[in-house]
Amino acid sequence: MNVDIRRQGGVGESVRRVDGIPKVKGAFEYASDLHRDGMLWGATLRSPHPHAQIISMDVSAAAAVPGVVAVLTHADVPGKPTFGLDVQDQPVLAKDVVRYAGEAVAIVAAEDPELARAALEKIAVNYKPLTRVTDMEQALEKSAPPIHPQGNIVRSLTIVHGDPQARADVWVEGMYETGMQDQAPLGPEAGLAVPAADGGVDLFIATQWLHADLGQLAPCLDLPPEKVRLHLSGVGGAFGAREDVSMQIHACMLALRTRRPVKMSYGRQESFYGHVHRHPARIWMRHGASRDGKLVNIQARLLVDGGAYTSTSPAVIGNATSFAAGPYEVPNARLVGTAVFTNNPPCGAMRGFGAVQACFAYEAQMDKLAAALNLDPIELRLKNALRSGSVLPTGQPIAGVAPVRACLQRLQALPLPPEESALDRDPMLLPGGAGNVGHGEALKRGVGIAVGYKNLGYSEGFDDSSEAWVRVSVDNEGPLAEVKTAAVDVGQGLDTIVTQIVRSELGIDRVILRQPDTAIGSAGSSSASRQTMMTGGAVQLACQAVRAEIDRQGGLADLRRPVEASRVFHHRSTGKLDANGQGDPHVTFAFGAARAVVEVDQELGLVRVVQLAVAQDVGRALNPQSVLGQIEGGSAQGLGLALMEEIALVEGQVKNASFTDYLIPTILDMPPVISEIIEEPEPGLPYGAKGVGEPSTVVVPAAVVAALRHATGRELRRAPVKPDDLVGL
Amino acid sequence: MEVLLPHSLEEALAIKGERPEATPIAGGTDLMVDLNFGRLRPAAMIDLSRVAELASWQQEDGHVFLGAGLTYATIVKEMPEFKPLVQASRSVGSPQIRNRGTVGGNLGTASPAGDALPVLAAYDADVVLRSRARGERSLAWHAFLTGPKKTAIAPDELIIGTRWRRLRGPGSFSKIGTRNAMVISVAGLCLVVDEENGAVKVALGSVGPTILRATEAEQQIAAAMTSSGAWQDSSITITEQVIDEFGSLVAAAAKPLDDVRGTAAYRRHGCRVLARRALIWALNERRLPAWL
Repeated sequence: MNVDIRRQGGVGESVRRVDGIPKVKGAFEYASDLHRDGMLWGATLRSPHPHAQIISMDVSAAAAVPGVVAVLTHADVPGKPTFGLDVQDQPVLAKDVVRYAGEAVAIVAAEDPELARAALEKIAVNYKPLTRVTDMEQALEKSAPPIHPQGNIVRSLTIVHGDPQARADVWVEGMYETGMQDQAPLGPEAGLAVPAADGGVDLFIATQWLHADLGQLAPCLDLPPEKVRLHLSGVGGAFGAREDVSMQIHACMLALRTRRPVKMSYGRQESFYGHVHRHPARIWMRHGASRDGKLVNIQARLLVDGGAYTSTSPAVIGNATSFAAGPYEVPNARLVGTAVFTNNPPCGAMRGFGAVQACFAYEAQMDKLAAALNLDPIELRLKNALRSGSVLPTGQPIAGVAPVRACLQRLQALPLPPEESALDRDPMLLPGGAGNVGHGEALKRGVGIAVGYKNLGYSEGFDDSSEAWVRVSVDNEGPLAEVKTAAVDVGQGLDTIVTQIVRSELGIDRVILRQPDTAIGSAGSSSASRQTMMTGGAVQLACQAVRAEIDRQGGLADLRRPVEASRVFHHRSTGKLDANGQGDPHVTFAFGAARAVVEVDQELGLVRVVQLAVAQDVGRALNPQSVLGQIEGGSAQGLGLALMEEIALVEGQVKNASFTDYLIPTILDMPPVISEIIEEPEPGLPYGAKGVGEPSTVVVPAAVVAALRHATGRELRRAPVKPDDLVGL
Repeated sequence: MEVLLPHSLEEALAIKGERPEATPIAGGTDLMVDLNFGRLRPAAMIDLSRVAELASWQQEDGHVFLGAGLTYATIVKEMPEFKPLVQASRSVGSPQIRNRGTVGGNLGTASPAGDALPVLAAYDADVVLRSRARGERSLAWHAFLTGPKKTAIAPDELIIGTRWRRLRGPGSFSKIGTRNAMVISVAGLCLVVDEENGAVKVALGSVGPTILRATEAEQQIAAAMTSSGAWQDSSITITEQVIDEFGSLVAAAAKPLDDVRGTAAYRRHGCRVLARRALIWALNERRLPAWL
């Protein structure tokens, strides 16, 4: 079947977002706006201790507060006491032990949110603090207390490639660290649970993956899955933070107990405790190369802090380790990755998912190597760049397109922004911005580049399929296409892409998207840059099936009864890694490169990023405007990690659980982004389109810090870079 | 909680006299945060945002009076000749915060990170307080700010505003934060030159339990300018050594701590750098004919 891609509002056009106007006008209903008459408000009591035994708990005083309708603890969990995406090791409510500061201990439902929060203070919990493990190296020590019965290692893997003993002419070595970044979605966790007449529950929820929530909720609630119905509510950003369950089970427990609708809506502070974060990483690497600049051998040891529970740590360390050599051909390598449990907050999914931390390390190494070899950093990268057919350290060949060289060459071709004199400049446009700290004193410019890559979709044997249903009917306004999936538009623009696909495939302008829920099959998560590929693919298949039936019936004009079809899209199957880390773990990859131009106030260690340029391999841009939005947003989040975004932990306690002290970039921190879209359609993917959400976040931190190294000559082995690091205190 | 809504200063003072436990609120940019986090639960609040008398500023007899209810946005718009104050006001929060936040709030909260406070300290400003029972009194800024988040205000008093003698001479305010806008001060510095009295005044924010004046540094630079004749002849160069010494003395005046926003070492270092820069800017400005 021919797809009319030139059709108005179809694939390839910068169609205006379907949710754009309501969001700008404030008319879009986010989960925190949910309301039912007679609803109760839920609140959560959290552990103040990073590691403690619960000796006793007395909820009677809280339960006696007028207006408090229910106070529930672990004893009230109807079914399975634990949840988790991969391994169900996190208690719904803590029973004997709390393993991180912020762990949920009890929940309250009351007539208003103030009452609910006030009642929490009346719950008496007697804790006996236990020895805490808050450092990832300490977690590996034999003397460290085990946080879980199996010990403190979540997953350890070793990738052995070629001859790891291979000799090289030149070696460079380094230790690198990245901090715990928060996804900081602007909409905190929220949802509304409504008890149903059949004894089940309907949950209206802002999530990334309805069916993964369902799979964890039903056993904990001791209900058959069909009695737990999840309906998507408006999502105010996710970036991985909504992949794990937060308040879902709690709200349902309270609704089922009270037989009244219960709303739970975290504030910003609680949001910092209520979701997982980006894994802090400590990475050692040693790169060996021949004198002419060919990589010969890479040794790496990666350690990431998974925090108190498993979450997605096994997949994150799998990613970080498999990408540790970077987007380069390396004949020999030994890459060892370990994720550990600590008594820090749990870490899990965040945009870039293990690839960010690895890129920060391997790109710093490539710059060191270029310096050691006296080669231009881009030339060194071009010499070693992966290409289609290259074999990765896991033994997996790259089957699709791999425009690593094109990414680098596009950046190379971009002129640098002209140097502006500091003298006539508004101090607002100098490092320190609105603080008026300088008039251009000690100003030094630096330029850095980084290239990197990431997998698309789930890896290591996971079949994260997506289902779509499409129905075409004709009414007095003409043909109408209705579409339903369980896929979540978290703000990335999926709903618009789906509309474009339907228009292109069916030639029907009028498209209605039905609200996602669990009545249809799973769409998988809105993560791993996968929904355009997976749900886009499912919608395309369903449209094609409907179109074939319409054609069989003689075309749209003669359509008497509505035609509908459901289809499931699977990506190609992947496999697990063997004991030597060999296998076929990833579906396919997206590549990207970034160039950062910075100005550093060398005396104060303050920074202005002058410009970011990102060249990104997108396969095909289904909505170019949306692609630019993803590149810019991903760049901002990467800049945040490079310069300011870190959850400050002291002995397991979060010290900055607010937007006052957890800083994210403002418009004065975020420069213009030059986006270079590289379109080389990927065989086997719908329209040849790759996911676009993550590569910029993977490469920008490394590029910004490289530029800071260039400006200051300092080693800067840790992100975020602090002013102290830049002035050498 | 009761919210009382006076429409005039007289009414506000009467309410405060009768209800001394009631917490005054103006822009609410500090207090609403405390309310939302449950750190503050007053039985009553007095909303001063409708009291027009507090939201104005005047000059009289060489003095400036700035009403406690004047917002940072208004200062930026209406008071360009008070450059350090405008620079401090512009560094406060976001446009939304500057539209609500008031100088009275900075004084009432008495945080060492209050952006306007180093400017008032450098101006040697008085804080004007009034109660219905005892009328008006003025306290020097340092007598008013008695400690971190502590002031000398009496329970029945309201902050009416702040008054200072208008200075002739250049000056500036600078604030270090770890992002380029909307950030709480890691270290703030205000330097003003008082040409008539041959004085340089330097005040520091966020580097001690309250606002600090770097008096030794002030004396050192004033003396150096006197001995070199620079007060009379602004073209006379102040040596690098003097400027460095000044920076060191300002840094020595800081009493910083390590916290989540910055290290003590960096804060002290920042004071040194800001002091040197502010002094050089002021000296350069003195050489220009155009300053007011």
